Amino acid sequence: MTKLDLLVIAASAVSSISLCWLVFAVLTDGVGWLLFWVVAYFVFLAIYFVASYDRVGWLGAVDRVVTVAVSSAMVIVLIPLVWLVSYIIIKGLPALRPSFFVHDQRGVTPTMPATAGGGLHAIVGTIEQVGLALLWSLPLGAATAFFLNESRSRLRRPVRIFVDAMSGMPSIVSGLFIYATLIIPLAKTNDLFSFNGFMASLALSMTMMPTICRAIEVVLRLVPNGLREAGLALGASRAKVVLSVVLPTASTGVATAAILGIAREAGETAPLLFTAFGYNLMNANPFHGPQESLPLFIYRFVRTQSTADIQRGYAGALVLLMLILSLFIVARIIGRDRSVANKRPIRLRLPRRSSAPETTEPKLISSTSGRSGAVTAAGGS
Amino acid sequence: MNPPEVSMNHRAIADDNKIADASAKEKGEAAAADGQKAAPTLIGGPPPGAATLEARDACAWFGENLVLEGVNLTMVAGEVTALIGPSGCGKSTFLRLLNRMHELVPGAAMAGDILLDGDDIYGADMRAQTIRTRIGMVFQKPNPFPAMSVRQNVLAGLKLTKIRCSDQDALVERSLQRASLWREVRERLDSPGGALSGGQQQRLCIARSLAVAPNVLLMDEPCSALDPSSTRRIEETIIELRNEVTVVIVTHNMQQAQRVSDKCAFFLAAENQPGQLVEQGPTTRIFSSPEDPRTADYVGGKFG
Repeated sequence: MTKLDLLVIAASAVSSISLCWLVFAVLTDGVGWLLFWVVAYFVFLAIYFVASYDRVGWLGAVDRVVTVAVSSAMVIVLIPLVWLVSYIIIKGLPALRPSFFVHDQRGVTPTMPATAGGGLHAIVGTIEQVGLALLWSLPLGAATAFFLNESRSRLRRPVRIFVDAMSGMPSIVSGLFIYATLIIPLAKTNDLFSFNGFMASLALSMTMMPTICRAIEVVLRLVPNGLREAGLALGASRAKVVLSVVLPTASTGVATAAILGIAREAGETAPLLFTAFGYNLMNANPFHGPQESLPLFIYRFVRTQSTADIQRGYAGALVLLMLILSLFIVARIIGRDRSVANKRPIRLRLPRRSSAPETTEPKLISSTSGRSGAVTAAGGS
Repeated sequence: MNPPEVSMNHRAIADDNKIADASAKEKGEAAAADGQKAAPTLIGGPPPGAATLEARDACAWFGENLVLEGVNLTMVAGEVTALIGPSGCGKSTFLRLLNRMHELVPGAAMAGDILLDGDDIYGADMRAQTIRTRIGMVFQKPNPFPAMSVRQNVLAGLKLTKIRCSDQDALVERSLQRASLWREVRERLDSPGGALSGGQQQRLCIARSLAVAPNVLLMDEPCSALDPSSTRRIEETIIELRNEVTVVIVTHNMQQAQRVSDKCAFFLAAENQPGQLVEQGPTTRIFSSPEDPRTADYVGGKFG
């Protein structure tokens, strides 16, 4: 983009806003602010098209308008994300002190300031529950993925449909399932099946397993078939090829899949409601007694009336956000390794148009010379 | 067949290629290495020496589709047999019949016998895995295992099967020397196999196949993805492997077939007809005085 391009964009934006202001604020009674900006945006695109058409002709103008439209779509998509993250940071940061990571809520009353106490019990609970859930679902999910991709069974199709259906299951249903099938009938006789972190991990693993399975299956599909054939041609059995050739080749991708599965499950609240139940104090034993987790911590505190408690909830949300963000960063770092999961198709990129025809062209041009300008512009691109 | 002329072909390659000096030097090193170390022995591997492969009335199907019909061909122990013919005539399918890779394709079927030193490899008491250790294969596209180093790639056959070796270092060195790759990679045996160039990767795949000491080596257009100098080095390797191992090579390159092979088999498929073996015989005769007019047209460059 040259300075002139930016100038044209800015001028189009200013004239569109002015025009809309003239129409809506001066000549008519006006519309709401949202409609004002929506109309102004489309007027801007129209003005920009006309201005570009005058300079570079039809092709160039369409190209520019689409470029601007796509870029602004990206900005629009980015707004909620930036808003959300900054909102949580602004609300949570004042209540977040290093003590948050070392204390639980022992002796904390709603009237105490938000910096009193902490969320260590919730962090420990989340780590234990998600860790246990990973322990159950990674072997099962990986085994299912290998079954789907490496075996030649006729059952692959039904299993794949089943996995797809399971990955779309509402997470509260998995919590309800564990509650109804294990906790209600067995809790009275066996302490292991009452509200605790273990039950929560089972509920979490029900939503985690299909996620991990599908992620690993995608990675396995990226392992070239030539490698499997090479292994088989050396006299290896199918199982040996999977273990010694396919798995090492896909290992970084499998690790990435596992971490993304963790990141997703760490934010799940619904499966924990009837299983981990939540607890205000530290309970490091996931197999006995109710346990807190970060989503439950947020859920309970943000709903209260006390300002300090609400702030505590936001501090918990910020910690959860940081936890998930750091997991994503770890996943990216692992995935960047020479993994097959990291091989992307070559991106098509159009070379930038040279600005020569635009600057040399006379300012006033007839429609025919404008089109010839478009041809030169297109030829340059 | 006409032995003097064949060996003249071989010498012609050696003469006009500088790389030949390198491989000669390499052979000197190999001899020196042999003097120092005992040749590595494999335990549980294939029986030593080259083996004869014989196809009797071999047919192949993909689903309901008959793609290869009634092939009778003997690939003599220690000789290089080239399979030539236009695309889609069943050469590669025939090659994959020879080490039971054909059956890995869903819906694939075959009929007839493939005899390895007289034993039917499709016999009821034959395991496909044992057959594939005895009959190695090099593919069109180089496919070293990306998660393994150069050394691990060469030893992959041991890791993947029950073959054991007394001296793995010596085996790596010898296998890479036989594939004329040792000199180029001996400094970086622990770098990943995928970091080599295309030609080096293909020679690494040859070394990997040779490490388990197969009786037969099948090559499915091994040079079609490579540049001329890599092609030349692989052809030299093939020529050096004669007598030690039976080589069956599929090639689209007539000159390559003439340079490396002792026997030649010409496959052809008419439109919507299964592929058939049209003519076979010593390479020099196939190229100088083919009996079948279709062979003459193909080797003369009239089609294909």
